[in-house]
Amino acid sequence: MRGDIVLRVVAKLFIPFMLLFALYVQFHGELGPGGGFQAGVIIAAAIIFYALIFGLPDACRLLPETVVETMMAGGVLIYAGVGVAGLLLGGNYLDYFVLDPDPVRGQERGIFWIEVGVAVTVSGVMLKVFYMFAGRTRDPED
Amino acid sequence: MAILVLAMAVQRNLFAVVVLAGIYSFLMASVLVALDAVDVAMTEASVGAGISTVLLLGALYLTKSEEAKPVQRAGLPLLISIGVAGALVYGTFGLPAFSDPLAPIHTHVVPRYLSESLKVTGVPNVVTSVLASWRGYDTLGETTVVFTAGAGVVALLRRRRRDESAR
Repeated sequence: MRGDIVLRVVAKLFIPFMLLFALYVQFHGELGPGGGFQAGVIIAAAIIFYALIFGLPDACRLLPETVVETMMAGGVLIYAGVGVAGLLLGGNYLDYFVLDPDPVRGQERGIFWIEVGVAVTVSGVMLKVFYMFAGRTRDPED
Repeated sequence: MAILVLAMAVQRNLFAVVVLAGIYSFLMASVLVALDAVDVAMTEASVGAGISTVLLLGALYLTKSEEAKPVQRAGLPLLISIGVAGALVYGTFGLPAFSDPLAPIHTHVVPRYLSESLKVTGVPNVVTSVLASWRGYDTLGETTVVFTAGAGVVALLRRRRRDESAR
């Protein structure tokens, strides 16, 4: 499949737009449908598409497994870190009102970082699961 | 959709079952769009029809593509599932009618969310503001669940690989 020029060209055309759409879903989630979870899944789908066309080793070179594993835990830490930031600034845990002098701006900032955390964790987990499945070979005794 | 489910249950070729499940997810996404739940529809289309289909095909590559013949007769399990389905359907008769404005769910906290969301959070999409702000703790829990599930998969598949190298 790696030699098929149609697939390669189509993938090259599509993947930038998929990633762009993921970013749109991520940052426009406050206004339209979408948010961190959907954006994370679309990012993961774009990378999986790349891996299907160009092969797993190329995808692993693009996004090494250590990076993906760090993303899994890093997203949760970003989310929890927003809560701790609220504590340090004198509010409750996950209290966004204190993140900015203007409470509404503080809410926007808190939601933004939380969505980033969700997207990072979700895309990390999806990619890791895909890597683990795709990296295995058929057992000889089956 | 009911036809698809029946076809999936009857079909013995697992590849066909995976493809049918993908079609089912796309139909489900259209139903959710019709119900004005665009956020959920997006998730269903990308996760249900996209990534899980790829993962199932990957798992299919590791196994045989034909389902094994069942060892036992399907009588008792069929009876149990019909019984449970009947109880669930009976339960739905007690629910308030669809989009009834006086249903308990619409009179508790929803009016406050809808009227004050934009004022308090400055976010026009109420789904996002409820998920990330009013119900921030729940979403933190959900993110942790996703992380835990991923860590569980990693733990399971890693150990298998080490066993193989030891053999």
